[in-house]
Amino acid sequence: MLSRRNPQLNSHGELIHLLSIEGLPQAVLNQILDTAGSFLSVNDREVKKVPLLRGKSVFNLFFENSTRTRTTFEIAAKRLSADVINLDIARSSAAKGESLLDTIANLSAMHADMFVVRHSESGAPYLIAQHCAPHVHVVNAGDGRHAHPTQGLLDMYTIRHYKQDFTKLTVAIVGDIVHSRVARSDIHALTTLGVPEIRAVGPKTLVPGDLREMGVRVCHDMKEGIRGADVVIMLRLQNERMSGAMLPSAGEFFKNYGLTPEKLALAKPDAIVMHPGPINRGVEIDSAVADGTHSVILPQVTFGIAVRMAVMSIIAGNNA
Amino acid sequence: MSTLHLDAEALYADLLSGVRDLMKPDTVLVGIWSGGAWLAERLQRDLKLVGEHGVISSALHRDDFSSRGMTAAADHTKLPFDVEGRRIVLVDDVLYTGRTIRATLNELFDFGRPASVSLAVLVDRGGRELPIHAAVSAARITLPSEQRLSLARDAGGRFSFDIKGPN
Repeated sequence: MLSRRNPQLNSHGELIHLLSIEGLPQAVLNQILDTAGSFLSVNDREVKKVPLLRGKSVFNLFFENSTRTRTTFEIAAKRLSADVINLDIARSSAAKGESLLDTIANLSAMHADMFVVRHSESGAPYLIAQHCAPHVHVVNAGDGRHAHPTQGLLDMYTIRHYKQDFTKLTVAIVGDIVHSRVARSDIHALTTLGVPEIRAVGPKTLVPGDLREMGVRVCHDMKEGIRGADVVIMLRLQNERMSGAMLPSAGEFFKNYGLTPEKLALAKPDAIVMHPGPINRGVEIDSAVADGTHSVILPQVTFGIAVRMAVMSIIAGNNA
Repeated sequence: MSTLHLDAEALYADLLSGVRDLMKPDTVLVGIWSGGAWLAERLQRDLKLVGEHGVISSALHRDDFSSRGMTAAADHTKLPFDVEGRRIVLVDDVLYTGRTIRATLNELFDFGRPASVSLAVLVDRGGRELPIHAAVSAARITLPSEQRLSLARDAGGRFSFDIKGPN
């Protein structure tokens, strides 16, 4: 049964699952970002491990392909001393017809303490969180078009690292927003953290107008969208999620919305350029920008490990 | 209100002289966040030591993690010197069960293998649950387990003790 309160929080308002950024209070987001900051320095130690999840088993359940996210979750769990089990579910039980909840019941019988779940169906991690044992924690590693909360959080960590204060920023999110769970998570996080201007930039077919209801400024003109921005978040053109002709061609998209040095010159001189990866050079971003001085795409990956360590250690320490 | 009066400034003077006796030429001070870090900062100055003192946090090695969870921003550890082969004096405000010291030692060893580690505290309140002892303690007292004792520092840098809980 769906509980009336946010299913991610226990009765004390503490985080027990991370399913979506939507509805999380600012204090919880700040706690995650602060904790992530403290885990960054673990990389500088002789022993690059802390024992917070010692004796715990983290199951990576990827019903959908991913390299970066799965790997960084695995590194994060190992740095916390957890035992990590990677299941390529797409090729095993699910392919044989086992239902999601049967898979979870079987893995729970193997004494899982945490599930990191990626699924093509929106809401799959919620379903798991509602049916697993009380001591089991669930992290959403991307569900359908719905949410990708750890990517949203690592984006916030990156922005805070370079810009410190959220409350004076203009953030432009550019590209295929309609298919992007990253964009949705970013918008919720930016709003909660007090960013005054969030812009969604892209063609009408890829930028839904109902974003205005979320307080987002919708721009179909790239120059207008990027002008004066402090942060430019480029999204990948998600060919695999597109059905039908939403775009004339990749070349046409690049001409209008691809981030080139000329277009980037319209943003603030100290603007940062982010991208959740994998990048498509020459489709949504020019190589000169991806490898240029404004780009913080690779630091995002590094911060992603610390943010995932923070999320896992916080939820593991809170009881339902 | 507690009837117990601990003069933190007077005890600090005793701690200073005790720590002075522990110091060898290559010894460094490491204060345990947060009260111990304040003490180490002042000891570093009063002993006229060169360089910076270290600060260490027990947060990542605590044994009550599963029941208490992450405590705010965890990692205040800053060790601006090589731990390997060093003589280290750990400084803390209050020594009680010894569990914080156990966690701190694990944290310290994540940075290298020190030559030796000794412990100096302002107050030893007994109640040890682990085989840990302080080389220097400026006061030994007994407090009921419900009472919490911790160091406070005012804007001028003067120390006092905070006692919370029933008498």
